[in-house]
Amino acid sequence: MKETRIYERPKAWMKDVHTHYCPGCGHGITHRLLCEVIDELEIQDKTIGIAPVGCAAMMYDYVDTDYCEAAHGRAPALATGLKRTRPDRVVFTYQGDGDLASIGMAEIVHAANRGEKFTTIFINNAIYGMTGGQMAPTTLIGQKATTCPNGRDPELAGYPMRMCELLSTLETPAYIERVTVAEPKYVIAAKKAIKKAFQYQIEGKGYSFVEVLSNCPTNWGMQPVQSFKWTLETMVPYYPLGVYKDFE
Amino acid sequence: MARVLMKGTEAIAEAAVQAGCKYFFGYPITPQNEIPEYMSARLPAIGGAYVQAESEVAAINMVMGGGATGTKIMTTSSSPGISLMSEGLSYIAGCEIPAVVVNVMRGGPGLGGILPAQGDYFQATKGGGNGDYRLLVLAPSTLQEAVDLTQLAFDLALTYRNPVMILADGFMGQMMEAVEISEHKSEGIPDVTPWALGNKDKREKRSVLRSLYLDPEKLEKHNMDLKAKYDAMQKEVRFEEYCTEDAEYLIAAFGTTARIARSAIANLRDEGVKVGMIRPVTLYPFPKERIRQLSEKARHVLVVEMNTGQMLEDVQAAVCDRAPVSFYGRCGGISPSVKEIEEKLRELL
Repeated sequence: MKETRIYERPKAWMKDVHTHYCPGCGHGITHRLLCEVIDELEIQDKTIGIAPVGCAAMMYDYVDTDYCEAAHGRAPALATGLKRTRPDRVVFTYQGDGDLASIGMAEIVHAANRGEKFTTIFINNAIYGMTGGQMAPTTLIGQKATTCPNGRDPELAGYPMRMCELLSTLETPAYIERVTVAEPKYVIAAKKAIKKAFQYQIEGKGYSFVEVLSNCPTNWGMQPVQSFKWTLETMVPYYPLGVYKDFE
Repeated sequence: MARVLMKGTEAIAEAAVQAGCKYFFGYPITPQNEIPEYMSARLPAIGGAYVQAESEVAAINMVMGGGATGTKIMTTSSSPGISLMSEGLSYIAGCEIPAVVVNVMRGGPGLGGILPAQGDYFQATKGGGNGDYRLLVLAPSTLQEAVDLTQLAFDLALTYRNPVMILADGFMGQMMEAVEISEHKSEGIPDVTPWALGNKDKREKRSVLRSLYLDPEKLEKHNMDLKAKYDAMQKEVRFEEYCTEDAEYLIAAFGTTARIARSAIANLRDEGVKVGMIRPVTLYPFPKERIRQLSEKARHVLVVEMNTGQMLEDVQAAVCDRAPVSFYGRCGGISPSVKEIEEKLRELL
């Protein structure tokens, strides 16, 4: 007997909308994974998202939950206030590398260290996207950006910061994993990680953090396929995939 | 509850608890540390939460998150800490989230000092953060009033979905007075369910609290909607008058300075000088209409503050050319003395 499988848009995806993201951008894939996880865990009505600054500022136009908008870097503090007053709700933050690892370094480290029971999805594409391709704390050595036109020089800007490694030095966080959406097999693993992060939150295990190595074809000046190849060949060796901390 | 002798900071904290505030997010700074200390012991005992933030920047954003769920929420700080919170206050105002913020003012600018001052009047009433927004600003002059205004602040915040600031000078935080703190039940407050986050299962549509509008027409509409709200807030104006019935000389002062001026007025009245005072209780909205009326029969208006002249500008705008306006101020942690105010007023006779 033949099995018929229907592939449809997730319920948590806003009806009849297309994203403003550039062709080939990893944000769209990650949003989709987030929606699938929300559907599978049946938490759409009790999920509160923190909309970030940067390219995903308008993610509330695509992922259909309650939201509050955060200032640059402040999403983990905002999420702390939300989750402390409504511990029965599911709260997630979704931040890029400039937001989380630069201006919001204090907020992310301290929220993780307090073990706030929300979930962070961290999109690392090694560049400031929305503002037009400036150097990020995660920009790789030699990588060109509009504020390091000759490539990142560690003598001037230091080395790229590894957030999973940094946060996993803390005792408190329950779950920290780095994934990528650069190839289908990795996308499946990324979804598993995001789902696990939400499950840990729902089970009250503590703070969960998933870093997603993504891409930025526009600001990297690459074709989408070439950009994901760059993610795998250049980013992954510096930012190794895997579980950095697990409650279990 | 009977009247008890309490320190201002602790009275404000307990007043908030009795108004139903169960969540406090804060960061230590002198001279208001007794409030977070008090809340860290008090709130867990009543099923609430105290979180010591990593900075004032984080604290105000925790307040934003807590307020976004429609919960009564408070933070307290002092001048340099309020500067760090100003970014958050702009976002809170832009997203129309209720919150109560207490500023126990110390001297500035910069680190300044830790003694009482009123140098944050501009910051509280004119902005501090970016963009067109307003805080409701309440300035207590006694500890009982600090208690009452703290409780009122929660109602105003929820009614207008707006941040409310208690602007208390350091004296209000550090002195002790007898106060009565009763349980305060908020009445007539609009239901938060239609907008408060976390209630998607109780309403048809989701709620998105935002201040980002890239379409200029939508942002202009948002600004005009906020303006209409600020216009509606004008009816919350509160002030106190002292000996103004026949006043030929009018003193304008707020907070602790008004208490000192009151003693000076009593002494000057004994000398036969017809002097009175208006004390704005709300600094925003400002009682400009009443000051205009009083200035019509005044020979001279004297503004007294613990700064170099900030409320002065609002008084000047209200008085216009109806009477001359003079100023006397001390700052840096020094308050004007009764004698200094008397002498300054005698110069104007």
